[in-house]
Amino acid sequence: MILNYLGNFALLFCLIISLVIFITSISCLNNKNFFLKKNLNELLFFKFFFAVLSFSSLIILFIISEFSNETVLNNSHISKPLFYKISGTWGNHEGSLLLWLLVLTFFAFFYYLNSKNRPTDERLLTILFQEVIILGFLFFLLKASNPFNIIYPVPKEGLGLNPILQDPLLAIHPPVLYLGYVTTSIVFSSSLAGLIKGNINNLWAKDIKKWVFISWTFLTLGILLGSIWAYYELGWGGFWFWDPVENISLMPWLSLTALVHCVLALEKRSILHSWTVILSIITFTLGICGTFLVRSGILNSVHTFANDPERGLYILFFLFFLIFLSVFIYFIYEDKFELNNKNLNLYTKETSIILNNWFVMYFLSVILIGTVYPIFLEVLSNEKISVGPPFFNKLIIPFLIPFLIFMSIGPNLKWTKNNYFSKKLKLIIIFILSIILSTLVSKFFGNSALNITILLAASFYLFIITIKDLIKKGFKNYSQTISHFGFSLLVLSILLNSIFSNEITSNMRVGDEIKFSDKIIKLQKLENTTEANFLKLIAYFKIEEKNKTELVLEPEIRIYDKPETITSEAAIKTDIFKDRFLVINLVKENEYLNVRYQEKPFMLWIWISAIIISLGGIINIFKKNEKQIL
Amino acid sequence: MYNKKVKLRALFLFLSITTLILTIFLVLKALEENVVYFLSPTEIKNLNETTTEKIRLGGMVKDQSIKINSDKINFIITDFKNEINVTYSGIVPNLFQEGKGVVAEGILRDKNYFKAEKILAKHDENYIPPEVKASLGEK
Repeated sequence: MILNYLGNFALLFCLIISLVIFITSISCLNNKNFFLKKNLNELLFFKFFFAVLSFSSLIILFIISEFSNETVLNNSHISKPLFYKISGTWGNHEGSLLLWLLVLTFFAFFYYLNSKNRPTDERLLTILFQEVIILGFLFFLLKASNPFNIIYPVPKEGLGLNPILQDPLLAIHPPVLYLGYVTTSIVFSSSLAGLIKGNINNLWAKDIKKWVFISWTFLTLGILLGSIWAYYELGWGGFWFWDPVENISLMPWLSLTALVHCVLALEKRSILHSWTVILSIITFTLGICGTFLVRSGILNSVHTFANDPERGLYILFFLFFLIFLSVFIYFIYEDKFELNNKNLNLYTKETSIILNNWFVMYFLSVILIGTVYPIFLEVLSNEKISVGPPFFNKLIIPFLIPFLIFMSIGPNLKWTKNNYFSKKLKLIIIFILSIILSTLVSKFFGNSALNITILLAASFYLFIITIKDLIKKGFKNYSQTISHFGFSLLVLSILLNSIFSNEITSNMRVGDEIKFSDKIIKLQKLENTTEANFLKLIAYFKIEEKNKTELVLEPEIRIYDKPETITSEAAIKTDIFKDRFLVINLVKENEYLNVRYQEKPFMLWIWISAIIISLGGIINIFKKNEKQIL
Repeated sequence: MYNKKVKLRALFLFLSITTLILTIFLVLKALEENVVYFLSPTEIKNLNETTTEKIRLGGMVKDQSIKINSDKINFIITDFKNEINVTYSGIVPNLFQEGKGVVAEGILRDKNYFKAEKILAKHDENYIPPEVKASLGEK
């Protein structure tokens, strides 16, 4: 009980400190020797401390199952394992917002600590914008979704956490994703502050670059974790469904990817000032948009969990406020940009970065339209539609081909003038080699689609060129080469995966057999067991293949009682070349089991390549700044 | 004679505009071809002619209507006013149960018979498709 008050008061203290910083920093904006200069660090630390206090009291409330707390009551119950009691803290709306706030306050503190080489007024302004965001979240938390609401009389048992969320991966997926989202807020605030002070230049880019890379790396990993979870938990055997909720996490990632490239151009060549600022604004807005759309229930998504439109309205309002504020600031201070009088050259790295940005923005707008269009249509004409994978595949796959080719050539161009095309012969040889490779793969495995063959050739091209660069150039720019290599591997594995995937579905009784190419799949027996908080039904399948050892797969069905839910746990056997994926489901209390067996080649490589992509980001965060090339 | 910079600027502008127009055109065209409409059984009964396009059919799984054999699952989707028979062979989601909400994607054979290619269900066990909620509210 006392923890409820503690958590609540800690939040209130956060609010007070935020207001103090906000008001004093506004009044000190034009004052050189403002009193905050000395104490801002301490204030930010105390705010972070109170946020930690508030969050940890919520965690403890979850651990001791204190059902006088409404959030705990709705999302936990006594028999749940300790691990999921803790992860349940941020598995719900209120707790996840508190986590947002915690990360926000941490990064505000951390930024101030690590930006001593920036002008003081710019740092102060950044903190001011950060406070605006923090205040928005604090008001929202306290007014519309307080995690410390008290229920009286105290109920004996909680309602439980949705079992589909009781998963180790999903316990770390939201925090990682939030770390990515929240870091973009620093980029956002800092670019607005830099804009007002006229500080957007190559030095600014050099300092903000780290934040952009931190954010990009976390977002990449966050999306990867969510994707792996969907793969084994949702039982469809795919890793990406073009579902609105997935698209929404991909959109900020895309604009961040554009930002990563254009911040480099700003640092090295002092170009694209205003575009960098616009991208920072877009990225952060898309991040908030994501929270809004996921939490408000506007999206017609398979991932929709119980939610509340009223809260959505608040976030929508906040979102519009932030967009309006940033656009307003942008247009007032736009003329403060440093003008560059450098000669533009066509065959340079700059051009390839601009091209990259164009392509990425194109992908972004396709996804944005595909995700948002159904919402608008429903509001306008009351027609309900959904936009599925064919739409995205059709609009994105053809443009991946030039994208991949520019991605191979671009990094090898020089920033200013360049003599790359003197090495034409090598490029052409590699290109021909990749075409031959992809034709062989297509012919050999009976894939007839021309566009897939060309895409395959383009990704082989990037693959070979990045490997060549890694070997030849060694440690020069290797973070970039690694990420690009990861991307080519990702496209390759996705392509091969979609070409060679194979599946069979059937309804089976114990003792039944089905034939699948040269294999025989047999349902041997069923077994019931009781676990801590669910009943478990295990099915034993034997897969016999000629001349090979037989394989036993044991998919499960779990029947939870709080809340009453059935989940399927797929049985997955992973090896280097392919995943064997078997999932079962109950249909009524029937003797038949609903069975789906899939063979998915190169699944493991999709995950590995995403890790390689983010590895490039991690290396970039920790490596020392290279010399300025101007 | 314009200098190189102005030329490049013009080229840049021209390319931007072309890209924009191309993007809009492509997106609209793809939308037109790939949109899937969402209908309730009543809306299907009220159609003048049955479409051959892929649609999504949403409603509740009627009580005692699920029949299963070795290669098919048959059931009835209802919005408590009209019913449609659905046949499906494939894996169903966990929340596919009698009396619960369901969304089936597939092709309409005639006004009483729907061949599903995909069955979607929501993570939330209390989910009811919006149309069904609306028609339940009218009752």
